[in-house]
Amino acid sequence: MNNKAAEVRLEGIAKRYGKVEAVKPLDLIIEGGTLVTLLGPSGCGKTTLLRMIAGLEQPSAGRLFIGGRDVTLLSAGERNVSMVFQSYALFPHMTVLENVSYGLISSGFGKKDAAARAEAALETVGLRGFGARLPSEMSGGQQQRVAVARALVLEPAVLLFDEPLSNLDTRLRRSMREEIRALQQRLGLTVVYVTHDQSEALAVSDKIVVMRNAEIAQAGTPEALYASPENVFVATFMGEANHVRGSIESVTGDTAQVALDALTLALPHRGLGTGPCDVVIRPEAIRLADNGPGIAGQIARATYMGAHTEYLIATPLGELFAIHPDRLNRRRAGSAVMVTLDPEGVVLVRP
Amino acid sequence: MFFGSSFFFWMIAALGTLILPWHMQQDGVSLSTLMGLGAEDAEAASTLWQALHFGRFWFWPVIAALALALPGALPFGSACTRGRVLIIAGSFGLLSIIAQGFAIGIQGWNYPFLEAVFGELQDRQFGIGLGGALGFIGFLVLLTDGLALRGYFKGDRFIAGAVGVLIACIVIFTAWPVTTILAQIFTSQGDLGVADAMAARLFDRKIWGLACVTSTANCGVFWNTLVLATSTATAATLLGLCFALIVTRTSFPARRALRLLTVLPIITPPFVIGLGLILIFGRSGVVNQLADSLFGLQLGRWIYGFNGVWLAQVFSFTPTAFLVLIGVVEGISPAMEEASSTLRASRMRTFRAVSLPLMLPGIANAWLVVFIESLADFGNPIVLGGSFGVLSTEIFFAVVGAQQDFGRAAVLAGIMLVIALCAFIIQRVVIGGRSYVSLTGKGDVGLPTPLPTLVRRMAYAIALPWAFLTITVYTMALAGGFVRVWGRDWTPTLSHFKRAFALEWSASGALILSGGAWHSLFTTIKLAAIAAPITAVLGLLAAWVLSRQRFFGRTALEFALMLTFAVPGTVIGVAYILTYNLPPLEITGTAMILIACFVFRNLPVGVRSGVAAMSQLDKSLDEAAVTLRASTFRSLRTVVLPLLKPAIVTALVYAFVRAMTTVSAVIFLVSAQYEMATVFIINRVINGDYGLAIAYCSALIVLMMAAIGLINLLVGSRRLGRRQAAALIGGRA
Ligand SMILES: Nc1ncnc2c1ncn2[C@@H]1O[C@H](COP(=O)(O)OP(=O)(O)O)[C@@H](O)[C@H]1O
Ligand SMILES: [Mg+2]
Repeated sequence: MNNKAAEVRLEGIAKRYGKVEAVKPLDLIIEGGTLVTLLGPSGCGKTTLLRMIAGLEQPSAGRLFIGGRDVTLLSAGERNVSMVFQSYALFPHMTVLENVSYGLISSGFGKKDAAARAEAALETVGLRGFGARLPSEMSGGQQQRVAVARALVLEPAVLLFDEPLSNLDTRLRRSMREEIRALQQRLGLTVVYVTHDQSEALAVSDKIVVMRNAEIAQAGTPEALYASPENVFVATFMGEANHVRGSIESVTGDTAQVALDALTLALPHRGLGTGPCDVVIRPEAIRLADNGPGIAGQIARATYMGAHTEYLIATPLGELFAIHPDRLNRRRAGSAVMVTLDPEGVVLVRP
Repeated sequence: MFFGSSFFFWMIAALGTLILPWHMQQDGVSLSTLMGLGAEDAEAASTLWQALHFGRFWFWPVIAALALALPGALPFGSACTRGRVLIIAGSFGLLSIIAQGFAIGIQGWNYPFLEAVFGELQDRQFGIGLGGALGFIGFLVLLTDGLALRGYFKGDRFIAGAVGVLIACIVIFTAWPVTTILAQIFTSQGDLGVADAMAARLFDRKIWGLACVTSTANCGVFWNTLVLATSTATAATLLGLCFALIVTRTSFPARRALRLLTVLPIITPPFVIGLGLILIFGRSGVVNQLADSLFGLQLGRWIYGFNGVWLAQVFSFTPTAFLVLIGVVEGISPAMEEASSTLRASRMRTFRAVSLPLMLPGIANAWLVVFIESLADFGNPIVLGGSFGVLSTEIFFAVVGAQQDFGRAAVLAGIMLVIALCAFIIQRVVIGGRSYVSLTGKGDVGLPTPLPTLVRRMAYAIALPWAFLTITVYTMALAGGFVRVWGRDWTPTLSHFKRAFALEWSASGALILSGGAWHSLFTTIKLAAIAAPITAVLGLLAAWVLSRQRFFGRTALEFALMLTFAVPGTVIGVAYILTYNLPPLEITGTAMILIACFVFRNLPVGVRSGVAAMSQLDKSLDEAAVTLRASTFRSLRTVVLPLLKPAIVTALVYAFVRAMTTVSAVIFLVSAQYEMATVFIINRVINGDYGLAIAYCSALIVLMMAAIGLINLLVGSRRLGRRQAAALIGGRA
């Protein structure tokens, strides 16, 4: 384990550019040795938040602690953080080895020592023997690894990634994200990882921080965010979701009886009182039957996707999007169905 | 690290105030006079000694500020308190240095009210010297360190210091002189009061008169300047456009050679063209002699006056317009023109309806660039103007003439400044901060659309004769150095070169530089070589700070810097002598004033090439360096600078070459000890000694080409391997 991995604590951190509020005051704790993603649509302030942690941007308000030390006024070099840039930012006039040892030499290592450590870091990312090349003589994925090695070699308290995979093709993106995750777990690093891709976030994170309009919309484990999103935005951003209106009939203990057309489900009430409410239904929680109890609907569209089939079902609740793994028993557009819901995939949310 | 720490700069301030002589020493500083503590003479003493031993009480605040700063400069205590201490002590130190400098001059108190308050002063002081300069720099950096410690400038001491130094430079070397010269407008003269003297100067007929409209008399210099600049700009822009179209849009065989034209104005001393024109069209010029001998025609002196100046300026500035317009024409996306032609427009219609309107802002920009150059031009009007006066020459004569009328010079300079600023502001609006003209110029066009036949023929018809004429003028100008007396005695000779650059061996075998030009040549090279790196460093530093750093007041700094670009050389020249011939900064007649002048006249080019180059460098490269724990200075040195080599070369070359060829400001600042090549040449021209002047010019041109080659060799090129563009360019998403 890396005993240098440190906790990052943000207290009331905010950033404004003139009139634009890029990040509204927010609190956040990133525990040591975990990988936390900042997830959100473009322009929601992820990069700005990351750059404030890196020390590349001065917060307009608030305090920042790394490993318990107040670093708000410290410059990027004094914070013991490293960053992997979206464009990699490899120095084009230096060889790979020079790139990787750059930070070591900045921190006062001797040339020989720095080169040895840089070689080791290159080996960690699987680039042994590439030291003498120029960055422009490597492929995108290799450049990416050089960038990671360059950041890693400093054994930083926190490692920051800003959309590190967005310049790679889909296939490479998948394997690189696995590598980053494996590396993080092997070395026990604290990592803050910015992405706008929810599947990437789900795949690598210990904790996801969903951002919207310069604010934190919700933070939690991938499972928590997916299974119990707090509001419609988080629910829809974390994967496919149907947003419908229902009504809470009664609340007893932790559960609420929620009426959705002909169905009544027992769901965790999550602090809501009786009356009309917002409900989110995951597509895979929709069960289809030919008859029996349920919501009467009609298949509006059926799309064959190979491994599964996607349906669009017209119901009194509105159109529902459903995913069905059943390959043999496919339904056709126009046929009538009865819809039932698996409570596991249904959540009460705030608007 | 000790070097570069706050304490280091405290030591600098302490060295300047406690030990070194504070004031400027008559014979310069030598090792023996370095010790100002215990000096016999007050003027050779440090502030501490002056205050202790000579009763110069006005230095106590400076010393107090130094003592106050010490706890802040030592690395103990919280950043917050240290920052506060440094800010207070640093600004107190700067203020007391400035206040004492302005309050007490060579005649005691400078202001009567101070005498009223403090009583008569039996003492006086001269301008500040080494100690004063170090003290000032020390306190300045302590102040910026304090600001950085308090979290300003992202808490980065280097950026804080760089901004501090830039602001100090702009204030000391531009804002202050310009204010000084403008203040001269409000002085009294003879027995006229301030208001009357000002009115008399401002509404002078010699400036605003319109006599030439109705009679043959000369108009006021304002109108002369305006008409000249307008017609020069129009002609040069038209010619430049023709050249640009030919080079970029035709298959003219000598396109590359034409491009070389753009280098000419950079390496040409300012009077070569004027001399060439005199040798062709002057009274004993080739054309006049031919006309006389063939047809018995007396062509007279038509070349002296508006005609000649205009012609010379068009020759001089067409390459400038050409350079700007190449970028403009190349910047038009061929896709637009192709789109137009697929919409069934004829080539002519495409040109008129698409290409030309797209070029218009660029053309307007070129026009304004030439307008400003013509306005500020001094070399051509002084050589060819005769009785046709323009603002720049009029300012010169107001200052060096028998009258020594600084009030008048100030008014003229004020008018020039206003015109230049207007043109400059219009230019900013026109180009909207979009395009930067760089000397390198990128050429990555797709498929250029051929010109319509009519336009192509017109461009050829206008540009080619002109190119031929330009070559003729240059040839004549340079040939003039190799004949005995142009127009009268055509015997080939090297005597002019001999007079300029003769070498002799003395009896004892030592080499004697007996030629008349050696002294000024060495001075020029030496000063240009000192000024060029300073210009490049300051310019690139400013470019880096402006394009890479965000801090409070950045826009204001940028605006101030841009404004200094608009001040014409003549105005700077007069402003410098007015400002720096009295304490607190008494550097008139020294090399320092010339170097300062070179640096601040040429800074714009450094800044522009830096900004242009920086905008091509992905910003995350330097950010990466910073997160890799490189200090800001190290990231600048190891990442930004190596990638900026082309811009460095440009800035160095330009600064060096311009320092060797500039005349407008320098002519006011030279002294017997520091004579510059251009001023030496112009004095030969005024005396009618063209041969020597021309010989000198040719030597300068050769020298500058050698210098350009040498600088390229020394700085070297950057190594990036393949795919360099892709690796360099990219942005933050
Ligand atoms: N340097 C800047 N000046 C002004 N506004 C900025 C600057 N950088 C970012 N912003 C604004 O701040 C908001 C958040 O930007 P950013 O953090 O880059 O978003 P994300 O990385 O989530 O896409 C955006 O609205 C953007 O326009
Ligand atoms: Mg971003």
